[in-house]
Amino acid sequence: MGVRLETEALVARGVGALSRAAGRGGGTTLPGKLLWKLDPGAIDALARRLPQGVALVSATNGKTTTTAMAARILGSRARLAWNQSGANLLSGLASELVTARHAELGLFEVDEGALPEATARLRPRVMALSNLFRDQLDRYGELELVAERWRAAVSVLPVETTLVVNADDPIVGSLADDRVHALRFGLDDPRQARPALQHAADSKYCIRCGTPYEYEAAYVGHLGDYSCPACGHARSRLDVAARDIELRGLHASRFRIESPTGAVDVELSLPGLYNVYNATAAASLSLALGATLDDVRGGLEAFSAAFGRFERIPTGGRTVVVLLVKNPAGANEVLRTLETGVPPVLVLALNDAIADGQDVSWIWDVDFEPLLPHVANVIVSGERAAELGLRLLYGGLSEERLEVEPSLERALDHGLALVEAGTDLVVLPTYTAMLALREILAARGLVRPYWEGERP
Amino acid sequence: MRISVGHLYPGYLNIYADRGNIAVLERRAALRGHALEVRPIGIGEQPDLAGFDLLYVGGGQDREQALVAPDLVERAEAIQSANASGVALLAVCGGYQLLGRSYRGRDGSVMPGVGLFPHETVAGTARMIGDVLLECELEDGETRELAGFENHIGRTLLDPGAAPLGRVLFGFGNDGESGLEGCRVGRAIGTYLHGPLLPRNPWLADWLLAQALAHSSNGEPITLEPLADRLEASAFRVAAERARKRGGQR
Repeated sequence: MGVRLETEALVARGVGALSRAAGRGGGTTLPGKLLWKLDPGAIDALARRLPQGVALVSATNGKTTTTAMAARILGSRARLAWNQSGANLLSGLASELVTARHAELGLFEVDEGALPEATARLRPRVMALSNLFRDQLDRYGELELVAERWRAAVSVLPVETTLVVNADDPIVGSLADDRVHALRFGLDDPRQARPALQHAADSKYCIRCGTPYEYEAAYVGHLGDYSCPACGHARSRLDVAARDIELRGLHASRFRIESPTGAVDVELSLPGLYNVYNATAAASLSLALGATLDDVRGGLEAFSAAFGRFERIPTGGRTVVVLLVKNPAGANEVLRTLETGVPPVLVLALNDAIADGQDVSWIWDVDFEPLLPHVANVIVSGERAAELGLRLLYGGLSEERLEVEPSLERALDHGLALVEAGTDLVVLPTYTAMLALREILAARGLVRPYWEGERP
Repeated sequence: MRISVGHLYPGYLNIYADRGNIAVLERRAALRGHALEVRPIGIGEQPDLAGFDLLYVGGGQDREQALVAPDLVERAEAIQSANASGVALLAVCGGYQLLGRSYRGRDGSVMPGVGLFPHETVAGTARMIGDVLLECELEDGETRELAGFENHIGRTLLDPGAAPLGRVLFGFGNDGESGLEGCRVGRAIGTYLHGPLLPRNPWLADWLLAQALAHSSNGEPITLEPLADRLEASAFRVAAERARKRGGQR
């Protein structure tokens, strides 16, 4: 294996450099695709060379952010092989394993559908699973199918693997039921609960008997402190809990993480309850890998944002604030962070490439309604701008306050012209619209391409 | 006039943005001076179905569909007689399947349906996913196009002579082979198309409203006064273009 593996890895690395030199983006998956073609078993061998093993993260929402937070926490202790760009299929993992030659610990976010193969090949020491929401049904299929894949993935984990689960999600929490080593995390602050389950809540019926769950507190979508009034199936006791949560609009949040080894107060410079979930997941994963609570605080407080998820980009005396949206649960949480200080102008961009989901029906499951009366102008953009415009008109936005501008560049400039100097322009793009937006801003010299991004 | 809508199992069958269809019906009725009243109907609730002017059944994931199926089948007679008495109906995706005669799973088990639509659905092996464009002729001599999105593993086979909703121009349709999509029985329409269906196909929303108004007034369907529908037309154009480019491809 040795010589052949070295040769393959060398060739694959060369391809990545060539791809970048040829101007074809970051070349993030090309070496991996090549290696994957040459010898799929190579990634098993490359992973086994990592002296501290491998940790995996998956979720419908928050995998990139959770993994990036864990990288901040763990990066001071170990050299990481980390798929920072979000290339989370097996080929993306292969690329990272090939290029990060002196890494000690593998830290990978994994696509929900790719999890069974990733667990079988990489045999993770720790695996963190955070949530399952309806997401891009045209691509992933129904939630239950993804859950089935995750059950299969968990069933092949080595017995010594620690499984980290979000206990607030009934299906995800139940994956840890028969594990010897498990860490269950969740939120525990009823002040932050939503008054009711949101419209598109998934998994709201008991996974054992089908009765609707009752919620002591529902935090994000169907995530919360649930119990079944008929059979008693309820959220497990939390090993790691976020308590005393304080949200500060679009800017920050504060909370205390309590774990079996003690508690630590954290100030996070990211908005929203969903990011408290991400931070708690990253903290749990890191603790399971041997990090200390000081590492956890230090890493989380030093963390700014993962690629494209939440970025503030100054431009001409104004700041473009970019918040990625890609499915109902995620979009609802992003909108919720805007509720405390509704921006006067909002740009929403909807594309329908494969990475966005070709089926755009999900925008109807997003609760735009509470926000619309408070926004002065909404510009809808992207390839499916008209669909999004209809969604908002039917949601109660008056026609005079709606502008339909499919060109992202023009939508951005109109938005910037409408906001006052020194204020923010909030832009909510889907995935490929976010990439296009970054390209526009990069061409103006305002952001760096992601493959040149900073590494901790 | 008042239009009374019975929305079956909104807590369970809501996956492909069904509330979008309801919102469109509400707004288009209001713009013509009619008030749409929507009553959710949950498991075990027994309102008189023939007292509604329009019934709506949405789509759900398999698990949710299985939870409501027994309750829906118990209403078979009530739904059929409501249809016979002129109540309009729209059923999308899972709702469309459940209102047929039966659903045969891959393990061979057969789940009985309501039997309103003359079809049987058989679980296939590959999902039929993508944009769809149909040509419909709900009124003689009036052909209209309908753009939507489909995502189903069930292959729905219409009985010989049964009326489809439309002919498939691009996409898979009922079974990927017959070139037919959906089904129509009187004022009842069943279809796999979601996205949701009505915002970008306002003519179908108006057709349904006209049928519901006819039931409400005990008269004949009237032609509703047209609306500008500029954004609707532009959303339709993009969706139809998608179907032409990428519909019906596995």
